[in-house]
Amino acid sequence: MSAAARRNHNPLRGWLHRCFCAAVLIFLVAPVLVVIPLSFNAEPYFTFTEGMLRLEADAWSLRWYQNVLGEGRWLPALGKSLLIGSGAALIATTLGTLAAIGLNSPAMPGRGAVMALLISPMVTPIIITAAGMSFFYSDLGLGQTYTALILAHAVLGAPFVVISVSASLSGYNHDLNRAAANLGADWWTTLRRVQLPLIAPGVFTGALFAFAASFDEVVVVLFIGGPDQRTIPREMWSGIREQISPEILAVATFLIAFAVLLLAAVNWLRQRDYAGVS
Amino acid sequence: MAIALKRWNRQALGAALLVAPLAIFVAVTFVAPLAAMLVRSVYQPAVAEALPETLAALAEWDGDSLPDEETFRIAGAEFVALDERRALGSVATRVNRLQSGMRSTLLGTARSLAAETPAASWREAMIAADADWGAIESWLAIRRAGEVITPRYYLNALDLDRGGAGEIVVQPEDRRIYVSLLLRTLLISIAITGICLLLAYPLAWLLAHARPRRAGLLLLLVLVPFWTSLLVRTTSWIVLLQNQGVINDLLVTLGIVAEQQRLALIYNMTGTIVAMVHVLLPFMILPLYSIMRTIPERHMQAAASLGASHWQALRRVYWPQSLPGVAAGSLLVFILSIGYYITPALVGGRTGQLISSMIAYHMEQSLNWGLAAALGGILLLLVGTLFFIYDRLVGIDRMRLGG
Repeated sequence: MSAAARRNHNPLRGWLHRCFCAAVLIFLVAPVLVVIPLSFNAEPYFTFTEGMLRLEADAWSLRWYQNVLGEGRWLPALGKSLLIGSGAALIATTLGTLAAIGLNSPAMPGRGAVMALLISPMVTPIIITAAGMSFFYSDLGLGQTYTALILAHAVLGAPFVVISVSASLSGYNHDLNRAAANLGADWWTTLRRVQLPLIAPGVFTGALFAFAASFDEVVVVLFIGGPDQRTIPREMWSGIREQISPEILAVATFLIAFAVLLLAAVNWLRQRDYAGVS
Repeated sequence: MAIALKRWNRQALGAALLVAPLAIFVAVTFVAPLAAMLVRSVYQPAVAEALPETLAALAEWDGDSLPDEETFRIAGAEFVALDERRALGSVATRVNRLQSGMRSTLLGTARSLAAETPAASWREAMIAADADWGAIESWLAIRRAGEVITPRYYLNALDLDRGGAGEIVVQPEDRRIYVSLLLRTLLISIAITGICLLLAYPLAWLLAHARPRRAGLLLLLVLVPFWTSLLVRTTSWIVLLQNQGVINDLLVTLGIVAEQQRLALIYNMTGTIVAMVHVLLPFMILPLYSIMRTIPERHMQAAASLGASHWQALRRVYWPQSLPGVAAGSLLVFILSIGYYITPALVGGRTGQLISSMIAYHMEQSLNWGLAAALGGILLLLVGTLFFIYDRLVGIDRMRLGG
């Protein structure tokens, strides 16, 4: 480091910078974490009681968890969320992976415009999508059905798959396809035996994103779902709007654990992503 | 050459065939509903289908003096017939949007005409049933409600209306809400984007130039909230910010705020902004981080050794190189915030609502679907333009998920 650079290295500034960053990180993480201890509150309050702060055993309880697991509202909602989420993720991943492979072929015509079309469901305000779909599916006679919700969530999740698989493919060496062809493989065999195994981490990442997007989606459910399609986000929505009960904090704690698992899975997949063979 | 070209064509066809299923799926399940909604914002056949004879008679009417007896008779009979089929209510609601008071006028008149069919003049009987029939405006409203293709909803969405002669006029002051709401939405979105940039830039810098292990750990702290359910994060903010919430309790306990003067931190614009910044911040941090990682730290040192102060080096060397990340993050955050619905709906209260809440209101409560569609059309145009700019400036291919 030169003398000038050293003169520029101001310890106070570095310290302030780190403090600022710590504050931003706390702003990001603390609100997520604060619901976890509060979900063990013995009282139906949304704040720490004095007993909780003094760590008295009877100020803490599992009663909200008992309610969530016992009472017949959240478990059926979980089943509905899983059904819609996996159906949507399956469609989104199949169609999205094929499309990403096509889009990343050097020969693909009109690439930019097609990509814009495929990504557009992700950036369109959800309220507009939901409004349009609510007319559309009720005109088709599919209002308040699982079919409508699975299709709607599939189209909302597909952009995540396209982006994630494209990222995996961006390092893909297209000579591998030619090599496979020279060795006598047809394109289907090449896709199945060469390309898909190499981009599998990207495909799974995309599937997780699509599933998570559906698992957390509430506006479309509000507009086109009926009483049979009360998913977890739908129950949380009415819980927040109508009578906010600490049960919600227990559900929120489960969802945070789920988010951490998803994140861990995506990180694990990323480390396995196609990297070396380019 | 010819063989190569043929092979290229076959590859292009193969690629297009792979893309086709999703493209068709998006066109059918996403583009078609939006297109149908846009059609709905200008095409409203309901009144025209319900009152064909009345509208045919009114088409020949000059609009300067009251319609003739024949028109009164046709209209009156049609109202009665519609009411018997219980179909007058929805027509009356639509006419009422153009001329308030017409709903009760239409329904009341239909009932009194049904009770006693006029022996002599329909005109006199109808004016006797409701004096509104003596006003030209009532008939103009019916005629305009019968227009099948109409710019009315777009005019209304821009706080405009049409006067009696069809000229465009500004709505009376108490009915001007949408333009100011749209401007407020834009302003709030700019503010949110600015706050996100301010918070994200130093943090992204730290992440980009920290040792990889440490950067990875800190990045996790950004990604955990990013992956956490939006509804969970909104719940958290309610827990923290509400009147009897964690932050107010803390401030009272510390004696900073008196018990009676707990701060109104939520169910207003403050709540909307705080919660939206929290939700959108990762969308700013991640693009900044991925661009900053490519800027060699040596550049700052080189600038310093050439005599630049820290701020000079930052402003003239580092900032220009980070601009692609700034543009990508800011556009993304701005696009997402102008259409945001969930967070304002849950924590915005009465004063913290954005344009999206109006669309939901007209969809679910006032059932003025034409207006909801027109507001949606305007918002869609705005987002579409920004998306186009994003594509040109940043490139959709560069969009990444979670770092």
